[in-house]
Amino acid sequence: MARKRTLDVALGTTTLDPRGMPTTVPLGFESPEGEGLEGAPDLGGEHMLINIGPQHPATHGVLRLVVELDGEVVVRAIPHVGYLHSGFEKLGEYRHYNQIVPLTDRMDYLAPMSNNVCLAMAVERLMGLEITERCKVLRVIACEISRIISHLVWIGTTGIDLGALTPFLWMFQEREKFYNLQEAWTGARLTTTLTRVGGLMADVPDGFEDGVLANCRSLLKVMAEVDRALTRNGIWAGRTQGIGVLTAEEATNMSLSGPMLRASGVDYDVRKDRPYLDYETYDFEVPIGEHGDVYDRYLVRFEEILQSVRILEQAVDRLPDGPINVDDPRVILPPKHAAMTDMESMIHHFKQVMEGVRVPAGEVYSPLEGPKGELAYYFVSDGTAKPVRWRVRPPAFINLSALPKMSEGHLLSDLIAINASVDIVMGEVDR
Amino acid sequence: MNPSAEALERQFGAAVRRVTESCGATIVYVDPARVREILAWLKDAPGEAYNYLADVTAVEYRDPDLPLEVVYELFSLPRRVGLRIKAALPKDGPLELDSVVPVWAGANWLEREVFDMFGVRFRGHPDLRRILMWETYAEGHPLRKDFPLRGRFSRSEQVRQALNANPEAHYSLEELGIADEYYELPEDVRERLQRGERGRIPESKGGR
Repeated sequence: MARKRTLDVALGTTTLDPRGMPTTVPLGFESPEGEGLEGAPDLGGEHMLINIGPQHPATHGVLRLVVELDGEVVVRAIPHVGYLHSGFEKLGEYRHYNQIVPLTDRMDYLAPMSNNVCLAMAVERLMGLEITERCKVLRVIACEISRIISHLVWIGTTGIDLGALTPFLWMFQEREKFYNLQEAWTGARLTTTLTRVGGLMADVPDGFEDGVLANCRSLLKVMAEVDRALTRNGIWAGRTQGIGVLTAEEATNMSLSGPMLRASGVDYDVRKDRPYLDYETYDFEVPIGEHGDVYDRYLVRFEEILQSVRILEQAVDRLPDGPINVDDPRVILPPKHAAMTDMESMIHHFKQVMEGVRVPAGEVYSPLEGPKGELAYYFVSDGTAKPVRWRVRPPAFINLSALPKMSEGHLLSDLIAINASVDIVMGEVDR
Repeated sequence: MNPSAEALERQFGAAVRRVTESCGATIVYVDPARVREILAWLKDAPGEAYNYLADVTAVEYRDPDLPLEVVYELFSLPRRVGLRIKAALPKDGPLELDSVVPVWAGANWLEREVFDMFGVRFRGHPDLRRILMWETYAEGHPLRKDFPLRGRFSRSEQVRQALNANPEAHYSLEELGIADEYYELPEDVRERLQRGERGRIPESKGGR
C-alpha cells in the first residue's frame, strides 16, 4: 500500500504563528518513521481517518467529526456543522419582531426561555422601552431556570459519555420538575415562546413561587448527592482532569464565553460585567476555574447551578406585584375582552397583529449570559416592523470552534469528554 | 461616545471614515483596506486593550445602493468596554477584506460564516470554506438580500440535486487523503476530485 499523503493545505485546525502562517507540518512530512509511544506496534506512521456522527450518541446532536488518528491519539479533529441549519436569521428578516420569538425557542432548545428573554431585551433596547419591575424579576427567574435546566442536562449527558449513568437519571428527574413549572407558566415544555416585546406572554400561575422554592430545595439535595458521586470520584477525575486544557490567553483569543471561558480562569460574566435585568442588585458569585480542563468546566457549571438557586431564591423573595406588560398600546396587545368591546382597543389589536411593532432605525448588540455563554442578538432596524438583519451570536458555535485545538494530542476517548465539555446544542450551532 | 473613537482618529487619521452612535454603542467605520491593522492596534495598544472579539458578522441593507458592512464587535475584558468597528464594502467592487484570524483565532469560524452567508472573502484566512451550508452548495449566499427566502432553485431541482449528489463529496480531498478510502475510489472519481470538481452541480434541465 502506498504511503498516504495529505495535500499541503492548511486546514482550520492548524495552529498559526503571528504572521498567519501554519506552524504544523502537513501529514507525511513530519518526523521519520518509528517514532511514537514506547512498545506500541510500528504502524509505519500511517494515520487513520474515522468519522464520528452526524448520527452518533456522543456528539450531542448532529455534529460530525472527522478525526485523524495516529494509533489512538488524535492528530487532528475536523468538525463539520450545518446539518441542522434552518436559516433562522434569514427567516427573521421576513417576520415581525414578536413573530421571531418562536424561532428563538428552537435554537438553544435546552434553555428556550433565556433565548426568548434575549430577543425581547434586544428589541426593547432598540426602542428604548423600560419594562415593568415584575417583568424584570420574572425574566430573571426564567433565565435562571433555563441555566439550571441546561446545566442539569449537561452534567447528566457528560456523565453518560464518561460512563456514569446514575447522575443522568437524577438530573433528569430534577429537570422534569422545572419543566413542569415551565409548562404551567407557558403551556409548553420546550417551545416556551415566553416573552413579548415589552413584557411577557403570561403572568406566572398561582403557586409558581412555591414551586420554584420547593424545586430548589430538592435540587440542592440531589446536587449534594451528585457532588459525592462525581466530584471526588477517581474515575471521573481521572477522565476529566488535565483533558482539553485551554489557558486563559487561548480561551480569550478564541472568543470563548460562558463556563468554557471561566473554567480557564477568565473572570467574565455578562451578568456582572454588562448588567441587564438588574442583575447587579442580586447577591451571587461567579465561579472561576484555574486549570481550564474538562474537570474545571464541570466544577464551574456545578457551582453555577448552586448560584442560580441563590438568585432564584432572591428573585422569588423580591417578586413585586403589578403589571407584567408596559402600558403602551403600540407594543402590547390589548386584553381580549377590550379588543372585543372597545373600538380603540380593537384598532390597536388590528394594527398590532397586522403591522407588528415598529422599531426606530438603529442597531443594537444585546448580550446576555446564557447557559452556554454570551448569547447576543444583533439587530439592525430601518424603522419598519421587520429587522434588516437579525444576527445571533451563538455561544455554542464559537465554543465549538475551539474543539480542534483542545483535542489535539489527546486520546480518542478523551475527544468524547472534550466534546461533551463544550456543551453544544446543535440547534444553536447551526441555526 | 467611547473615547477610543477619538484615539483611533488620532492614530489612523483618514482611515477612520465616520463615527456614529446607536443605542449607546459607539460605531466606528474604518477603511476596509486597513481593518486588520486597526483591529490589531485596538487589541494591543495599552490604553485600548480590546482583547475579546465578541462577534464578526455582516449586514446588507434593503436599499441596494448601500454598501455591505462587515461588523466587528469588540470588548475589552480588562476595561469592560465595548466598541463596534465596521468596514463598508461597496457592492460594485470585490467583497474582500483582510482576515483577522492572525489577531484572534476565534475569528476563524465567524469569518467562515460571513463568507458562507454573504460571500465576503477574507484574505489570509487559513481555511475559508463554507461552514453552515455544504461545500457543494451552488445557490449562492443565503443572507444576501437578492437571495429568495426559498432558495434560488425550485424544490424539485433541489431534490434532484440531492439525489444526484456524489456521496464521496462529503469528505474533502484532504480528509480523503488521510484515509485508505481515497485510494480505493475508482480512478475516474479520484481524477474528478483531483480536478476539484466538487462544488460544481450537474447541468440543470428543470429550469429555475
